[in-house]
Amino acid sequence: MQINPIIEVSSLTKIFSGNKAVDNISFEVYQGEILGLLGPNGAGKTTTLQMLLGLTTPTSGDIRIFGLDISHHREKILQDVNFSSSYISMPYSLTIMENLIVFARLYGVKNPKEKIAGLLKDFEIEDIKDRVVRSLSTGQITRVCLVKALLNDPKILFLDEPTASLDPDIADKTRRLLKKIQKEKGLSILYTSHNMKEMEEMSDRIIFLDKGKIIAAGRPEEVLTKFKVENLEDVFIKIARGV
Amino acid sequence: MKIHRIAAIVIRHLYLYKRSLPRLMEVFYWPFLDLVIWGFISIYLARFKGALPDFAAFLIGALILWDILFRSQQGLSVSFLEDMWARNLLNIFVSPISPVEYITSLMLVSIVKLLLAASVMVLFAWLFYSFNLFLIGLSLIPLILNLVVMGWTLGIVTMGLILRFGQEAEVLAWAVAFLFQPVSAVFYPVAVLPPFLQTIAGFIPSSHIFEGMRAVINSGGFPAHEIFWATGLNLIYIIGSFIFFHWNFGIVKKKGLLAKVGE
Repeated sequence: MQINPIIEVSSLTKIFSGNKAVDNISFEVYQGEILGLLGPNGAGKTTTLQMLLGLTTPTSGDIRIFGLDISHHREKILQDVNFSSSYISMPYSLTIMENLIVFARLYGVKNPKEKIAGLLKDFEIEDIKDRVVRSLSTGQITRVCLVKALLNDPKILFLDEPTASLDPDIADKTRRLLKKIQKEKGLSILYTSHNMKEMEEMSDRIIFLDKGKIIAAGRPEEVLTKFKVENLEDVFIKIARGV
Repeated sequence: MKIHRIAAIVIRHLYLYKRSLPRLMEVFYWPFLDLVIWGFISIYLARFKGALPDFAAFLIGALILWDILFRSQQGLSVSFLEDMWARNLLNIFVSPISPVEYITSLMLVSIVKLLLAASVMVLFAWLFYSFNLFLIGLSLIPLILNLVVMGWTLGIVTMGLILRFGQEAEVLAWAVAFLFQPVSAVFYPVAVLPPFLQTIAGFIPSSHIFEGMRAVINSGGFPAHEIFWATGLNLIYIIGSFIFFHWNFGIVKKKGLLAKVGE
């Protein structure tokens, strides 16, 4: 499976006002794998994601996605990439359907209504498609954002704590669905979460970041062995407390 | 009633003014602006006394044209704010859309809003005051186009500032056009202004447009000189506004502010 790196990050650094938010990190994401990005608050996860999405300019280093430099081929790369986060939303006065039609157009999706209907069904929100976003619960908005993120059949999906606002039942269903879609489509996912159980369940590989540096990387079981603990939560606590 | 609780809320609001230029403008600039505008109108009326030609037409025509400038600016900056308030900007900027495409789409939105608002104003000016804006004739087209372009210029600059400075700059979305109102000579001729303000007005496209409008209402004909100046200045400024936005967008990305806009 792991033949072609679809994302190549080398010596990536981001300095904000003298503080190194990301400090000389290098990693690859391979086609069809889920890479979990973990770390305490301020570890540099979100900044890394933002640089990969072209939202933040790196201070130094290279990012190549599909073999192309993000700083020069943003439009081409973003056509095959998408993003979702529990911290973003959509225009409140528009219905779910109206919002998704807008994004389908932004990505030039063919047969948008069919595509949207299929995804709404997958995420079990087809019955509320004509409701305005304002009237939705946070969990429902999160699922609408995930539908948006899959509209363009992305080859890479960036997910920033996608299940943070979902109840355990919906979160579990969402994880299973994402995993299913990822397997069916050979999707690569870069995933951040503070839910360590979720990370263990979802990720093929994980990268632990702390103070902008990679301090551990590998398959979840490899990282557990390295830290001599039984679960990622203990790894997280060890790192966060500098034990 | 507890004084300390009342004081807490008072202090909470006063803290806002310590480092916010837009909020300080609320206190100092806008009252000053009202005084200046009405002061110059009074001077204008006093200078011409009873011999003022068709003042009602000047005033209503100016009001409609000013609204065109204002709406075209708002069409951009308020539409942008709507995406910001809805926490939708990230969704947009992680899509393949370029900043130029985004701005172009908001320009089209502003034209739609503008057409609707202007239709209402023109209709009711005719129904209520028998003022027919179309009497300005063909000159109306370049005058309006220039106002729209100036509104877009202000809108693009405002969007850049909001991206960079966030909520602090939001007030500009409603107010930026009014910063230029005294030197735009909307309700009085440029000649009423003191010499140094006349010089500044010479560099503001809207002052040429309103001078042109008054010339047409007063004596007919095509205000070629004023339209030439307004068009030339607008071309320079709109190109400048795109350069400013592009430069600002680069800084915003460098500082990692794009993901934080609206916070």
